[in-house]
Amino acid sequence: MQKYLVRRFILGLVTLLSVSLIIFIMSRVSGDPRHIYLDDYSTQEDWDRMGEVLGLDKPYYQQYGIFISGAVRGDFGISVREGRPVTAVVFERAPATFQLGAVAFALSLLVGVPLGILSAVKRGSPADAFGKFVALIGQSAPPFWLGIMIMFFFAVKLGWVPPYGKQEWNSIILPAVTLGWYYAAANLRLVRSAMLDVLDSEYIKLARAKGVNSRTIILKHAFRNALIPPLTFAGVTLGALVTGSLVVETVFAWPGLGRLAIEALFAFDYPLLQGVVITFTLMYITAAFLVDVLYAYVDPRIRYA
Amino acid sequence: MAADLSGIIIAPPTRRARAAGVYRTLRRWPVIPVFLLGLVIFAGLFAPILAPHDPEMGELRERNIPPAWSAGEKSLKTVVERMTISDRTTSVTLSDAQEIDSSIQVGDQLEVYSRPGGSTKFLLGTDHLGRDVLSRVIYGARISLLVSIVTLAVGGSIGVTMGLAAGWYGGVVDEFLMRLVDIKLAIPLILIALVLVITLGQSLWIIVTVLCLFIWPRFARQVRGEVLQLKHMDYVALAKVSGASTARILFIHIFPGTINTLIVVATLQVGIVILLESTLSFLGAGVPPPTPAWGSMVADGRDKLAGGVWWISTFPGVAIMITVMSLNLFGDWLRDTLDPRLRQLE
Repeated sequence: MQKYLVRRFILGLVTLLSVSLIIFIMSRVSGDPRHIYLDDYSTQEDWDRMGEVLGLDKPYYQQYGIFISGAVRGDFGISVREGRPVTAVVFERAPATFQLGAVAFALSLLVGVPLGILSAVKRGSPADAFGKFVALIGQSAPPFWLGIMIMFFFAVKLGWVPPYGKQEWNSIILPAVTLGWYYAAANLRLVRSAMLDVLDSEYIKLARAKGVNSRTIILKHAFRNALIPPLTFAGVTLGALVTGSLVVETVFAWPGLGRLAIEALFAFDYPLLQGVVITFTLMYITAAFLVDVLYAYVDPRIRYA
Repeated sequence: MAADLSGIIIAPPTRRARAAGVYRTLRRWPVIPVFLLGLVIFAGLFAPILAPHDPEMGELRERNIPPAWSAGEKSLKTVVERMTISDRTTSVTLSDAQEIDSSIQVGDQLEVYSRPGGSTKFLLGTDHLGRDVLSRVIYGARISLLVSIVTLAVGGSIGVTMGLAAGWYGGVVDEFLMRLVDIKLAIPLILIALVLVITLGQSLWIIVTVLCLFIWPRFARQVRGEVLQLKHMDYVALAKVSGASTARILFIHIFPGTINTLIVVATLQVGIVILLESTLSFLGAGVPPPTPAWGSMVADGRDKLAGGVWWISTFPGVAIMITVMSLNLFGDWLRDTLDPRLRQLE
């Protein structure tokens, strides 16, 4: 168990290093960073001085070393657009993304898991058909389009909720539904097929033969075992929610990290962009690590393997 | 004692029986998804013949025309002599009004179109630059098809080769390749794609490269799993004993055994590729405009929605959804038919 977790931890570090290397290479491929920091009125002296401060006069591998040693201390440089440290900007925006991600994740579980159980238990019923419909839309409709459509319908036409921004408490509903739908669909499918398999197994038949009532069978005997595939998927989900936030935050003008990344991108604000990408990767790795721990806890076969 | 069957003639199936057999197989096909997929492929192949208008050129005079079935909106306006900007929505100038009805006076009420209705010239309406939405949706199928075919061919080949190597050699090679897969999962590839586009400029090839990076691990993982099972088969051992080279064993003896799985994985991956491509296009990192791509068309219509112009965004989105949905349904059917073991993986 400990060996397994240590292995995962080291792997996470390797991932983080490779991402930082990719980001570093891309920021250098795009040209000398001094072109972004300095304007047309700066002199050759400014140029040289800045090169010394940022270490641009050194060879590339040393520049990467400077970048990494800064990053480890949480220093990603100064954002070009905001004129403030990147870390400060990222910390300011991160809570909004966490809120949106948490609500969307909760939504995907609250909708996906019960509907999945219902679909499996009442196979072929209208509930199953409804579940299939929800899953099909969620897996096929592009989130950016789905977001625009529900925004048009519920905010513009009906006026029930604000169309964008984060001023009111109910602003979060539309983006969370958009973001969570895909994962609700995935959870639904996973729970349904896992439940179907489990319900068909010998120990469920034994429980039925013993006369255990069917509610207990479904919720205690079957559901616990059907929980493993969705749990495995939760790791992937948490990571992909990050990518999803990129699109959904852009559509709904939600002031989180996803939108920050797009803003930084189109403002050529590389230091900020690097900071956001590293943050995203870190979030994913942490989530995946936590899920691994949880997974080993739920499934003893992994713990003792 | 076995019965003597030599005198029995087995009648060949009649034509009708054979037709019934074909019909039975066909009935088990997912007819609607296959039909819709065929439609998308047909639209992509014959876009220049099918499209009623030029997808990239439009008349600005004909912008924002609603779909053909949409009726125009009429409203009552007061005729005034001079119009200020603030009452543009409630009044109309005398000279304009007299073009419709010459006997009209200042102060009268006149019913005018505040928004024109659709015309059969543009079945799905026109966008903000007066381009025909239907033609653009038809041409958009080309980009999606092109991107998915190239991505699948290149990314799929890379993934298969990696998977074969990892499964066959095991050990360090396996460990290295599978860690590569893990790393890929943690990288926000869409962001990397956006950065690439900003630094190198928009192009089809950047999208394809990024998408290849995105899909190869899925193939690699799947093939690796298959190879691990197949490599202990007797026929592989026999091939080895008879002196077949490793490459021959891998590509002639083992690879065909993975094809069923690959077809299923490929079908389901195409859906993902199309979704990703349209996402990149939507975020402004797709094929450069004015080439019509479904994702960028949705983006075009985004800020027109508040003004009630819903058709620019809606139809390309419907096209994406229908294509991906059909691919998913078809892929599910293929999986159940070719390889039921895959059910658990997803």
